[in-house]
Amino acid sequence: MSWIIAVLASIGQPVTRGLASLGRLTIFAGQALSHMIRAPFYFKEILQSIMNVGYFSLPVVGLTAIFTGGALALQIYSGGARFNAEAVVPQIVAIGMVRELGPVLVGLMIAARVTSSIAAEIATMKVTEQIDALVTLSTHPMKYLTVPRVLSGLIMVPLLVGIGDIIGILGGYIVGTKSLGFNPAAYLKNTVDFIEARDVVSSLIKGAAFGFIATLLGCYHGMHTGRGAQGVGRATKTAVESAAILILAANFILTSILFAL
Amino acid sequence: MIELADVHKAFGSNKVLRGVNLTIPKGTSLVVIGGSGTGKSICLKSILGLVTPDSGTITLDGEDVTKADRDSFLARFGMLFQGGALFDSLPVWQNVAFRLLRGSLKRPKDEARAIAIEKLRRVGLKSEVADLFPAELSGGMQKRVGLARAIAAEPEIIFFDEPTTGLDPIMSGVINELIREIVVEMGATAMTITHDMTSVRAIADNVAMLHDGVIQWTGPVAQMDNSGDPYLDQFIRGSADGPIESVR
Repeated sequence: MSWIIAVLASIGQPVTRGLASLGRLTIFAGQALSHMIRAPFYFKEILQSIMNVGYFSLPVVGLTAIFTGGALALQIYSGGARFNAEAVVPQIVAIGMVRELGPVLVGLMIAARVTSSIAAEIATMKVTEQIDALVTLSTHPMKYLTVPRVLSGLIMVPLLVGIGDIIGILGGYIVGTKSLGFNPAAYLKNTVDFIEARDVVSSLIKGAAFGFIATLLGCYHGMHTGRGAQGVGRATKTAVESAAILILAANFILTSILFAL
Repeated sequence: MIELADVHKAFGSNKVLRGVNLTIPKGTSLVVIGGSGTGKSICLKSILGLVTPDSGTITLDGEDVTKADRDSFLARFGMLFQGGALFDSLPVWQNVAFRLLRGSLKRPKDEARAIAIEKLRRVGLKSEVADLFPAELSGGMQKRVGLARAIAAEPEIIFFDEPTTGLDPIMSGVINELIREIVVEMGATAMTITHDMTSVRAIADNVAMLHDGVIQWTGPVAQMDNSGDPYLDQFIRGSADGPIESVR
């Protein structure tokens, strides 16, 4: 009998811990959203976060997108050749980048670059008592640290996704026209004709959701760090891992919803 | 006046505070001493609301601190943290004037900068330091900047958490003198946590010794050496022999 209890406990404990973490994260997200619509607003910090999350992420997003678009064109061309469908390269590159690869790759790049940096910065502030100092200086850490970062994720990541989509399609265009023999004008026409407004809208919605997840998890794990350098390291690692997994899970859910409509 | 009545706080099975009773009369300087890990910082953070006690009450001028309006309550306090807790991303003057650049005490930027430079001067730092970043300062200078930040908004109550830890004896003496001068000059109520008996003698009007989660002894600093309390005597002597276990 005791072995049954042991087995059930070994299943129940991690499930309970996981649910408790999910509950804490949900409460944290609710608090972040509620502080987002209540004064005071720290505009300087919001602008700084917009620069950090958006502008300084452009190189990594651009490089990721252009190489992915190029590789996608080559894959579709060689795969399509198996059933004489090489001509669909512009359409598949466009829809693949806009609907799926653009948002997901930008989301993962933001998780790697922004989530890690937010988690490490806030966790360091926590272990050096800077968060306590903020409180004693009558400044709410949620408003001063979390709101600017999450807001910039919500605003800037959709823009980065839009830019990533365009650069990815450009990567496919360069490979298609320079290496695979496509006519430049026809390639562009096929791309533009094939993409629908709802593809672009869904891409931007995914971008906003992934930006929210990436920045929120950076703040959450930073604020809940353990002690010392090891705590900061663990908080950063956990933030990136959980952001990446949640982004991929959210992508599946959003794809199911958006394309079922 | 700050009053703690039967304050308890535990972290899991570790009972840190087991019924702390303490009074800090207005305009006096209380120093809390005690070994590492005895809950001195938790006691201080409980008053500020950074840690929530499990039971007991903490009042400021008769008002329960948990029910007070948070902003106006915190506006009455200044705090010097053990490691300075300066914001790395801001230059020194913005650290000092942090409270004056936002919130209910907001002033025009030029005025806030002028006040910050004046407070830096008050703690013995030149105006050239104002535009440096905290990482460019020595430990002693960081402590002084932290002190300037604590007094920038001229609070009624100032807390000092281990103000001389990590400093050489001369710099410790300078910081102790500064704290005493500033507290007297401002007529502020002060609470200091320290292990440093030189600090105690320089800063305190009254002393409280925290041991085993309760206030073991409290009284005027002048009576400290003749208290007759074996715990306090051992702590003052810094001896391994006595009722306080030397290995914790």
